[in-house]
Amino acid sequence: MCLAVPCKVTELLPDQRARVELDGLKKDISLAFVGPVEIGSYVILHVGYAIGVLDPEEAEKTLALFQELEAQPPP
Amino acid sequence: MKRPIAGAITLAHGAGGRASHQLIQEIFLFHLGNPFLQQGDDGAVLDLLEPDSQGGRWVTATDAHVVTPLEFPGGDIGRLAVNGTINDLAMMGASPRYLTAAFILEEGLSLALLDRVVASMATAAKTAGVPVVAGDTKVVERGKGDGMFITTSGFGLLPAGIQCGGSHAKPGDAVLVSGTLGDHAMALMAERNGLIFDPPLLSDTAALHGLVADILTPRPSAVHVLRDPTRGGVATVLNEIAQQSGVAIEIDESRLPMRPEVTAAAELMGLDPLYLANEGKVIVICEATDADSILLRMREHPLGQQSSQIGQVLASSRPFVEMRTHWGGRRLVDWLTGEVLPRIC
Amino acid sequence: MKHHAEYRDPEAAERLLKRIHQSVDPSREYRFMEFCGGHTHAISRFGLHGLLPPNVRLIHGPGCPVCVLPIGRLDMAIALAMKPGVILCCYGDTLRVPGSAGNSLQKARAYGADVRMVYSATEVLTIAEQSPLNEVVFFAIGFETTTPPTAHLLLEIQRRGLNQVSVLCNHVLTTPAIRAILEGPDQGPRLDGLVGPAHVSVVIGSSPYTPLASDFQMPIVIAGFEPLDILQAILMLIHQVNEDRHAVENEYTRAVVPEGNQRALMAMREVFETRESFEWRGLGSIAESGLRIRSSFANWDAESRYDLSYQTVADHKACECAAILRGHKEPLDCKVFGTACTPETPLGACMVSSEGACAAHFTYGRNLRNFR
Repeated sequence: MCLAVPCKVTELLPDQRARVELDGLKKDISLAFVGPVEIGSYVILHVGYAIGVLDPEEAEKTLALFQELEAQPPP
Repeated sequence: MKRPIAGAITLAHGAGGRASHQLIQEIFLFHLGNPFLQQGDDGAVLDLLEPDSQGGRWVTATDAHVVTPLEFPGGDIGRLAVNGTINDLAMMGASPRYLTAAFILEEGLSLALLDRVVASMATAAKTAGVPVVAGDTKVVERGKGDGMFITTSGFGLLPAGIQCGGSHAKPGDAVLVSGTLGDHAMALMAERNGLIFDPPLLSDTAALHGLVADILTPRPSAVHVLRDPTRGGVATVLNEIAQQSGVAIEIDESRLPMRPEVTAAAELMGLDPLYLANEGKVIVICEATDADSILLRMREHPLGQQSSQIGQVLASSRPFVEMRTHWGGRRLVDWLTGEVLPRIC
Repeated sequence: MKHHAEYRDPEAAERLLKRIHQSVDPSREYRFMEFCGGHTHAISRFGLHGLLPPNVRLIHGPGCPVCVLPIGRLDMAIALAMKPGVILCCYGDTLRVPGSAGNSLQKARAYGADVRMVYSATEVLTIAEQSPLNEVVFFAIGFETTTPPTAHLLLEIQRRGLNQVSVLCNHVLTTPAIRAILEGPDQGPRLDGLVGPAHVSVVIGSSPYTPLASDFQMPIVIAGFEPLDILQAILMLIHQVNEDRHAVENEYTRAVVPEGNQRALMAMREVFETRESFEWRGLGSIAESGLRIRSSFANWDAESRYDLSYQTVADHKACECAAILRGHKEPLDCKVFGTACTPETPLGACMVSSEGACAAHFTYGRNLRNFR
């Protein structure tokens, strides 16, 4: 369930809405559930609403975890 | 379909997938079936007509067009109608020569819109060098016709020595595509779904006979199948060919040419790009040894600049289409079930 | 796509797969249920099945809100759609689902009902404003990811006084369903771990899973939907099993926090309350597993406004969905899989949407047998 996609906030719009961008595609969505966000931050978009904000530091840590595997010996 | 027939037409019947296929088999071919139709290709070779002095044969094809909205970024129903039939003829390897056009107009349709659409048809026909030589118009009451329906038929000349058809794919053949997938479908969906493409995404509607001529020269016998992936997309066309030729087709996800913004839109809407309609692209199935030279010629043509080899044909005891995903995983690419619908899940 | 492509890196995938192959104990089976339909779909679409070690079995759970929607509830939506003057708005996923007597919302449209597909609940407001004389009903489905938008819709129609709009609420809850699966009659080999749904957890947080992990000694890893997320989560589950741990771990730390999205949860609490029980197709009635609209919003509750009665409709006798949804059987174990029951003619919950176990297998994976 729950097709949701991380998109970048490019513009804040009135009525708790924002324009987000994904690889050149733009869409206007509701920020009703995430409060104030900064331009350039990423939100998780589901059925026209941002349901959460993506934490870029945690994202980096997760990616680093994927890359680190080479270095770790098997248990 | 059990007879006596019951039920009603649903949108799935028009989507190009299993339901469409079944409708054609069980009603149209059931009654009208003849060797021409049974072949299941885009047009029919009129073999009762004498070949011309160079052995060229006449080919005919017909196409009905329904599209909403009637005017969309990059085109309109008129342009689609002209290019659509020209392409059907081109997919047979024929050089399009004449078109006819029949219109069903809904009471209340804006005359200015009709004027724009017909002007657009004229431009498309002129650009392609194919005149509209006969036509008809009917009007239906308001509420009975979605604005405008257009049916076009065409006649083309198939040079001697060219034999392209859905049943001619051979194991070992290369599978090529002439450019980015899904542009037409997304361009039409954009406004309705609040998708903002900047610059606007345009439908790829185009007459492909010039590109096809470049593909066929100099070695027409190397080209086994030509087909344009319209409604139902690449997946539908490849399944049709696999079935007609009794082969398996394997494609590589990382080789599918796609605009990043179209990929993004498909992700957002939960749509699979393999099932999205294209109106200006051609799938080429050819001898593997000729693939590189054909690709070179395609890329030199304005309509084929992003041509790519996307897969190959394999021998198989039963027809199927499969895709190798980015990580070497494999998944079946099945016939379309129902219509192409956005998902939330 | 940023925050997409990086999670699809083929080299990292190969490394993760290697680690998975190295970490499994060859003498045992690892049976993990991925609860969420989105994971079922992703695993099939990315072709991950054939790449895992043969003793790692992924079992598809019931986290597909379309699949588990009881036929009787769909019949209510179809009945509303057929009422003159009603515009029924729904998500695309529900259009083709067959109700009783082979009806569906799409067929209702073919017979003259005004059924409009929407991508977002906000479109319902636009439709209502464009058609002020029609009654507009929103057929709401989904787990907790999709519930806040419906809550927002109800708050908006209350605020704007759009009295001709109502909502037919079929929202369901994740952790009660997981509990029902884990508590269920023990007819099959046990589950060794659970892959938890990322986007639901963005809303509800990771903390609601803790009682499940401890009550059932069950390792749970909340996983994102990209291939690397899924592979990483499988590796984390394998480690937990090998080390005899049963904790809730979060792989999707980039968007899931323990307390979830408080704004979304508050909006949901304001508008909805938990039903004492709700029927799930294939699973029967589950306590406290569904939401109903609070009486303060009764004006806009389609169940109050219209004279609708819910009738249970049994599934086909040969349907094995109940066992498949609990992970006790597989699609190929079902006699009607691929014959009478196909995505074109679905007989049961698992075939009804492209995320259902049977539909996913039929559409993406029925070839795999040939390659094993």
